[in-house]
Amino acid sequence: MNGGKRKWKALIVDDEELARKLLREMLSSHPEIEIAAECGNGMEAVKAAGEHKPDLLFLDVQMPKLTGFDVLELVDRSGVATIFVTAFDQYAMKAFDVHAVDYLLKPFSRERFEAALERAKTQEGRKQVDAAELAAASRPAGQYAERIVVKDGTKVSLIAVNKLDYAEALDDYVSLVSEGKKHLKQQTISGLELALDPAQFVRIHRSYIVNLERVARIEPYGKDSKVAILASGARLPVSRAGYARLKTLLEEKQ
Amino acid sequence: MDRSDIGKSAWAAIGISGVLFAAIMGILLVTRWGMNWLAAVTLAIPLSAVAQGMAWSARFTCRGNPLVRRDAWRTVLTHLVAAAVSGYLWVGIGRMEAAWIDSGLGITGTYKRFLALQTHLYGVGISYYLLGVAFHYMLFAQRASQEAQERALESSVRAREAELSALKAQINPHFLYNSLNSISALTSIDPARAREMCVSLADFLRLTLGMGEKAVIPLREEVSLLEKYCAIEKVRFGERLNVQEEIQEEAKECLLPPLLLQPLFENAVVHGIAQMPEGGWIRLRAVRNGGRMSLTVENSWDPEAGSSRKNGVGLRNVQRRLEARYGNEGQLHASAEDEVFRVSLSFPAETEKTT
Repeated sequence: MNGGKRKWKALIVDDEELARKLLREMLSSHPEIEIAAECGNGMEAVKAAGEHKPDLLFLDVQMPKLTGFDVLELVDRSGVATIFVTAFDQYAMKAFDVHAVDYLLKPFSRERFEAALERAKTQEGRKQVDAAELAAASRPAGQYAERIVVKDGTKVSLIAVNKLDYAEALDDYVSLVSEGKKHLKQQTISGLELALDPAQFVRIHRSYIVNLERVARIEPYGKDSKVAILASGARLPVSRAGYARLKTLLEEKQ
Repeated sequence: MDRSDIGKSAWAAIGISGVLFAAIMGILLVTRWGMNWLAAVTLAIPLSAVAQGMAWSARFTCRGNPLVRRDAWRTVLTHLVAAAVSGYLWVGIGRMEAAWIDSGLGITGTYKRFLALQTHLYGVGISYYLLGVAFHYMLFAQRASQEAQERALESSVRAREAELSALKAQINPHFLYNSLNSISALTSIDPARAREMCVSLADFLRLTLGMGEKAVIPLREEVSLLEKYCAIEKVRFGERLNVQEEIQEEAKECLLPPLLLQPLFENAVVHGIAQMPEGGWIRLRAVRNGGRMSLTVENSWDPEAGSSRKNGVGLRNVQRRLEARYGNEGQLHASAEDEVFRVSLSFPAETEKTT
């Protein structure tokens, strides 16, 4: 903020060229906003967000490979105001309403656009919605994530949830173990738990979620606690509450 | 039709005819043949019971010999032999009983009287058995026609359902909103193209709504609808969408239920093209091979995209519509290999002239 009018850096993310052009046109009457980049897909968006550090993000929801929600999970969102732009999607709309996130429904009017822009500008500094929670809210009830997006450095990878062995909480991160590799993701373990199918993934410990299909056996450990041994040989602590959850789930499966 | 069909009403029918049979026989034995009334009752009741059993047993010979022209002689012969055997056994039982009434109950003369009317009783036994045969054939025929009616009703309901959901799926809100957004963008960038797109969209909607009312349309009409659809999507996706058609000349006039291919194209766009940053292609092939039509819709596809909403509903719909119109003659086969998603349809070839 340098005295007079503040400059805003914006990123436009949409897989349709015309949709991007429309946003660019509407922004052309706002000299205080500079369009740092236009991105045709989520991968480009993640990269551009890292390079340009935008203040404003216009984000389409349905895009190939990475959806708008995925992008939001992967970018550093401190100081970024996000406006989702989407065609009809009842679940996404419900999620936006619940979390008071601003969004534009295609097609939108100039007035609606100006109002969203104004709100985004004044919203700065307000508490950010957890991206994982927003994504979970956008899924129909009973439907869970089929893959998890992670960013290792600049590389974005998609992990199929079926290939996930277990997840471990590490401060602000979770470590996801899949096919012998570890991936770090900035997310809370509770946020991750929300996204996963509770019939397949169990929170066996404050810091661990395990894929039930990978558990080979459970052994007592010390006086009170137990340890889960996975097919890969990994040993994970099981809390008492975690053991109860595990037991009910295994009994249900039989 | 199995044993469990023998319901309450069948038991009631057997009971009523048993009582009637016994009553008539008893009265005739007393009045026409001068039998003692106690002897007549003792004779008539068990014989009536046996007769009912006999008539019921005709059910099994009937089931074993369904009424078809091919085996008519064998069927007639089977029933005649069975009737003769039944009649003979029935009279035999009666004779044994009459003998017992004579000696056991001490009502003499019963056996003699029985022998006198034995020839009549053969006739009665045989006729009653044949009556049973007729009754069961009638029952079977009635049940078969009832089942046929139910099947016809079910298939017409299913056809209507498929029609409805196809129409509902037609005007996909996503498709409409995205198209309108493209028009909104074009109005300032390229007004002439915006107008063009409005016209395409209107044409598409008009065609779609008009087609829903017809039972079948020629392939060329469906293809022209597909072309309109692709023209609209092409504005949205630009270079990302490529469409190829290989339509054999003879296939163009072949009939198919309207909007059969459109959902397949929409699937190809939504689950194929829209999931690939670089875009892809859709290919339609139509070939008439003698009496069969085969249509193939293929599209490039990213197996890893894991589109959250699968093709399931649209495909099932197309399959149900095929079944509703062609029964077992209509087939749908869907496969995903390498990076190609393919749906093949095959059904009897019809044209305006042949139907």
